[in-house]
Amino acid sequence: MSQTVFAPWDDPTQKPLIQFKGVTKRFGDFTAIDNLSLDIFEQEFFALLGPSGCGKTTMMRMLAGFETPTSGTILLSGQDIAPVPPNKRAVNMMFQSYALFPHLSVWDNIAFGLRRGNSSKDEIAQRVEEMLRLTRLEKFSKRKPHQISGGQRQRVALARSLAKAPKLLLLDEPLGALDAKLRQDTQFELMDIQEKTGTTFVIVTHDQEEAMTVASRVAVMDEGRLIQVATPPEIYEAPATVYVADFIGDVNILEGKAHQAGDKVEIAWADGELPIRGTTARTFAPGQTCHFAIRPEKVTISTERPDSANVLRGKVIDIAYLGNLSTYHVRLGNGTMMKAQTANTRRLANRGITWEDDVWLSFTDTAGVLLEH
Amino acid sequence: MNPRRIFLIAVPYLWLLALFLVPFLIVLKISLSDIALARPPYAPQLDLSAGWNGLRSFFAALDLENFVFLTTDDLYWKAYLSSLQIAAVSTVITLLVGYPMAYGMARAAAEWRPTLLMLVVLPFWTSFLIRVYAWMGILSGEGVLNQFLLWTGLISAPLTILNTNLAVYIGIVYTYLPFMILPIYAALEKMDDSLLEAAEDLGCSRTTAFWLVTVPLSKAGIIAGCFLVFIPAIGEFVIPSLLGGSGTLMIGKVLWEEFFSNRDWPVASAVAIILLLILIIPIVLFQRNEQKQREAEG
Amino acid sequence: MRRFSWFNATSLTLGFAFLYLPMIILVLYSFNASKLVTVWAGFSTRWYGELLQNEEFLDAAWVTLQVAVFSSTLATLLGTMAASVLVRSGRFFGRTLFSGMIYAPLVMPEVITGLSLLLLFIGIGLDRGVFTIVLAHTTFSMCYVSVVVSSRLSSFDRSLEEAALDLGCSPFEAFRLVTLPIIAPAVISGWLLAFTLSLDDLVIASFTTGPSATTLPIKIFSAVRLGVSPEINALSTIMIAIVTVGVITASLITKRAAVAQQRDEQAAIRSV
Repeated sequence: MSQTVFAPWDDPTQKPLIQFKGVTKRFGDFTAIDNLSLDIFEQEFFALLGPSGCGKTTMMRMLAGFETPTSGTILLSGQDIAPVPPNKRAVNMMFQSYALFPHLSVWDNIAFGLRRGNSSKDEIAQRVEEMLRLTRLEKFSKRKPHQISGGQRQRVALARSLAKAPKLLLLDEPLGALDAKLRQDTQFELMDIQEKTGTTFVIVTHDQEEAMTVASRVAVMDEGRLIQVATPPEIYEAPATVYVADFIGDVNILEGKAHQAGDKVEIAWADGELPIRGTTARTFAPGQTCHFAIRPEKVTISTERPDSANVLRGKVIDIAYLGNLSTYHVRLGNGTMMKAQTANTRRLANRGITWEDDVWLSFTDTAGVLLEH
Repeated sequence: MNPRRIFLIAVPYLWLLALFLVPFLIVLKISLSDIALARPPYAPQLDLSAGWNGLRSFFAALDLENFVFLTTDDLYWKAYLSSLQIAAVSTVITLLVGYPMAYGMARAAAEWRPTLLMLVVLPFWTSFLIRVYAWMGILSGEGVLNQFLLWTGLISAPLTILNTNLAVYIGIVYTYLPFMILPIYAALEKMDDSLLEAAEDLGCSRTTAFWLVTVPLSKAGIIAGCFLVFIPAIGEFVIPSLLGGSGTLMIGKVLWEEFFSNRDWPVASAVAIILLLILIIPIVLFQRNEQKQREAEG
Repeated sequence: MRRFSWFNATSLTLGFAFLYLPMIILVLYSFNASKLVTVWAGFSTRWYGELLQNEEFLDAAWVTLQVAVFSSTLATLLGTMAASVLVRSGRFFGRTLFSGMIYAPLVMPEVITGLSLLLLFIGIGLDRGVFTIVLAHTTFSMCYVSVVVSSRLSSFDRSLEEAALDLGCSPFEAFRLVTLPIIAPAVISGWLLAFTLSLDDLVIASFTTGPSATTLPIKIFSAVRLGVSPEINALSTIMIAIVTVGVITASLITKRAAVAQQRDEQAAIRSV
């Protein structure tokens, strides 16, 4: 079975579905979106990720038509959408609160948008049934929103926004109101539905795990700017900045001065410690300040001195047992704390290391990334 | 601005301008005019056909004579003072009657509370006039109350209650009681019971816990309730004219008589303006209390 | 558990006795056979019969009803518009004046409202009668309606309207299909409030009416000024009965709806 990788963003012949061109949005003195440009392609599952107040919701509301950019243009299939009111856009939105009409049944909620068009009664009925099947809500069609559970409400909201077969579906924190377990199931369901319908999804979330799970590409935002737009593995393994590295997952960050040593870079990070050896595609000026970021699961912990490119000595201060994993908090010679993670592949394994033990931390020279800021 | 929004704003706006603000300005203007034996019984009248000169002579004829008159005749300031006094005394009595009721309602079992609330609201929907009238039959010389007291032997001759200030107090407390109970109940009802338990846990007796926790937490409700009784009581007309006597001076009644009996429109208007000026202070205080409460609730 | 003490029980008993005894006495005496209202002379419905013969009262009742229906309907319309302006329209020129004019009539003494409107009607030479009372009642009760409706509107989740727009509604359709059905209970209670205020009003109606129209409160007031009368007792009893039945029915309906909703929500939680 041959599989073509879905990556229209790497293909210069592909036309993006949505283009933000130098978009700025101000509310009074506050700049919510700062001169932002972005392309989103057809059939993408695109995630806008960032802390609250970073401007991700404003971007979504501009796509839906509830806000207009202060400057710059937004194109949908090459057309400027600024003059198009929300009710005339081929864009639908799933609201964070779901915004289900409390006075209408599930069936009528899903049919609501279809009834605004020119479809006949039969067409509407057919489409609603199809949506009910897609979201497995057939049994609940006659109920009112307050008569169903939170997860079911979420599916009604999804069905309602998909019913008009929009070019683009916007999802505002779609799983925010669900508990952790239901959330995970629903994430896969969302991906499944996105694949079946072939609709372009743009999701707004502050939950990095959710973004990594569902999205084809993730845009990490902060203070109205895009920090990095990339696929989930790239974001995790090759974060562009310390902010991204820190926002996604757990990370150790050591600050130091970079020195080129052949094809490697040596980072002097503390007096009396050996420099850390790493690799990078970037070039650093001699003595330039840099940050070395390494994920805890890439740091090996052992009681005997191992043979590795980087070896550090320290004392175990804390152990967090998470079931499948254990995280060791180790204090290095100069007082810096570093985390190392091991998988608990065997029951009662790794009990050899305990509090106050002197240990060795090690990692290869390709395990971490070097960041400028 | 789109036309839809302009329409939505303009219709109620123009209505209120024409039927609230303009009438009020007319009252202001007439209060500065002189009484005349014509119809309408005041002068000058604005004659726009006379142009700029007409406008100038119109303003030149306005003066504060009526307000000066109000200060010279002690009937008026006595009426203002006695309105304030009656309103204040009745407010305090209403609070003393209303607080224990609101407190009892808030402590009643949850399934009883809606019924109790309905019992408080029910009189509010019943005609105000009828509720005041009901007391006429009770308080009169040969009324139900006197008959009852005579029968019990507590008194030997009927008491004169109707047509005194006492009857006015009873009338105000009776008709405005729901306004006092509802905001206090609302404040008490959402109070967390564990606060009292915490106070007792920290060494309060039940009584001190009530004074140190319950009362302060219902303060906003008490203030709101007091203003809701005090403000309308000042301008009250029906109660003093049905239950009060010839000695009961209340400004609403004075205004009514000045207008309908004496047909002195300029003085009636001046009385109205002063009444409003007196009301502004409690109204502003009330608004500030409401504002503070809204902010506290976020 | 809340502690319900003997003190609570006593204050509630005495308080409700104070609230209800006067009305109960009034109702009892309406069935008194004697013309002398203070002497009980046996049960009789005589005063009800006489009341129904009294054309003046019947006419006044008819006028009052007309005024109440027209003014409360108009007030609901204007008050709902004003509420949506207050809650939704953000800043516009003269907004402070507008909200001031909404709240001022709520605290304005009736004698002043009545006086000022009368002076206006005379000033513009409007013949006073049913029409002018309707104008006056609409003006003050629209403010009550707008307070009731705006408190509902401000807790209304705006994303419901945005969802309607998103699904293709025009702004007016969104209001008609989504907002209005949801705020309907507040609009209805606003209407009922306006209706009751209008039925009840003596002072403003006295100022703004002319010789052609006498409302029931005006009629009652001029009758009771002279003292207690058994016919008024009968009339009061009828009015109390109507209000009581109305309020109890309304509260039973809302209670039933609340219970049903709670049951549904619990069922939804169990069916997860």
